[in-house]
Amino acid sequence: MSNLLLIIVGGVLVNNFVMSQFLGICPFLGVSKKIETAFGMGMAVTFVMALASLITYFVQTYLLLPLNLEYMQTIAFILVIAMLVQVVEVALKKISTSLYQALGVYLPLITTNCAVLGVALLNVREGYNLVESVVNGISGALGFTLAIVLFASIRERLAVSNLPKWMNGFPGALITAGLMSLAFQGFSGLL
Amino acid sequence: MSAILIAAAVLGVLGLLCGLLLTVANKVFEIPVNPQREAVRACLPGANCGGCGFAGCDALADAIVENRAPISACPVGGQAVADQIAEIMGVEDLPDQVRHVATVVCQGSNERCRNKFPYHGIQDCVAASLVNDGNRSCKYACLGLGTCVRVCQFDAIHIDPYTGIAKVDPDKCQSCGACVNACPKNVLSLQPETVPVRLLCRAAEEGYLVSDNCKIGCIGCEHCANACKFGAITMVNHLPVFDMSKCVGCMMCAEECPTGAIWGDFDNRQIAEIDRDLCIGCTICKRTCKFEAISGELKQIHEVNEACTGCGECAKKCPKKAITMHVRKHVRDANAKVGTTKNDYAVPKAE
Repeated sequence: MSNLLLIIVGGVLVNNFVMSQFLGICPFLGVSKKIETAFGMGMAVTFVMALASLITYFVQTYLLLPLNLEYMQTIAFILVIAMLVQVVEVALKKISTSLYQALGVYLPLITTNCAVLGVALLNVREGYNLVESVVNGISGALGFTLAIVLFASIRERLAVSNLPKWMNGFPGALITAGLMSLAFQGFSGLL
Repeated sequence: MSAILIAAAVLGVLGLLCGLLLTVANKVFEIPVNPQREAVRACLPGANCGGCGFAGCDALADAIVENRAPISACPVGGQAVADQIAEIMGVEDLPDQVRHVATVVCQGSNERCRNKFPYHGIQDCVAASLVNDGNRSCKYACLGLGTCVRVCQFDAIHIDPYTGIAKVDPDKCQSCGACVNACPKNVLSLQPETVPVRLLCRAAEEGYLVSDNCKIGCIGCEHCANACKFGAITMVNHLPVFDMSKCVGCMMCAEECPTGAIWGDFDNRQIAEIDRDLCIGCTICKRTCKFEAISGELKQIHEVNEACTGCGECAKKCPKKAITMHVRKHVRDANAKVGTTKNDYAVPKAE
């Protein structure tokens, strides 16, 4: 149990995907202009990461390990994750239109996102079991959500504040991201 | 060797399985789409130019099917596409659309309009227009650096190497309006393709300022407004404004324009012809004609002379429908009014 708690705290704060491991920077910068869309993206990532952790665990344990094909991890994981997300998207469209509309735009965007692939590879590297893998995936994604929502709220404020011209838009966003990352380094003593 | 083969086989099978699963999922979770929408989408040109105001052809197809857009919303496809969509949507009796083309509202070519200063900056109209309103002496002039050429998806605009200003190929123009939005000088506008006359100048300035800058600019002399006998021209900001609902196409404004700022479609200028068998000599046409172009006494067959401007008013009034309008073969001669007897005034049209 304490092990799981450690994974959660580690995933959300200490080893935050965006702020400490610099994975998933693309959606982090791309979809962070509004809190609302940022939160939608975060939820989509959470969903996909949990699924990806689950399925890649099975692929790794029951397919790659017995055949001594660990070196094919990356490509096999990408394939499986992309397929899975597509299936989920198609199914969501049919089953729950409202959920599809909430997540729909972001789902295809993150199928081959490096954070999603990253969580699968990290699970293998750390030797997590099934439960630990899924918990790690979810907590990592929650960390991503935390980071992107915080970032989006700062950017919303920046957008209306009186910045020098050279700071407007992306320069300001990148500097903000750097400062946030610096702040998150403060959690590194927690574990 | 076998290791590679096993890896390839495993991944291949995995990929195949994934594909299979996706196919199955697609079939199981298939959502029926409106076949009308697909058919409408197939009619649209697929240029995704956004000229209709929607985000691409797919969005427009959705809007048309949901009755949020008229079936003639696609400016690129024009009448042909509108007809096809009308058939799919079961709408009939579509009024004919007027085809619009992008028109360059400037004739300030290199020899007519001076350069204020040599411009060596970025070869783009937007950049050039930021430097002291561009380097042309007239601040309303086409800069000829080709911003419109670059935004045109249909290869319909080019900079004429002789005049140095933009020129639209009306056959290629799809009236999407991309150039109109891109032009920093507002020189381009969408105008009906076939009109008898057109003002090709935007210089809303006092005449002496315009004539200093450009030999062909509108100097606001009001000759056109005075020449128009149908009240179709009013002067606004030193420029004539045409009320096309009143214009009958006599082209007198273009003829009277001292600078040439008003373009007239003289190649298609009309002339009235009186059918000698039908004319009863009622003199209605003679009294209707505002250009003294019809002669003839009561109960005698009337004649049209070369002063006819082709306004067509007589043809509308003739009770016997004896007057037809057709394209004239000679340049109009304003001196050939009623009372002149010469018959050899007709000058053949220049080819």
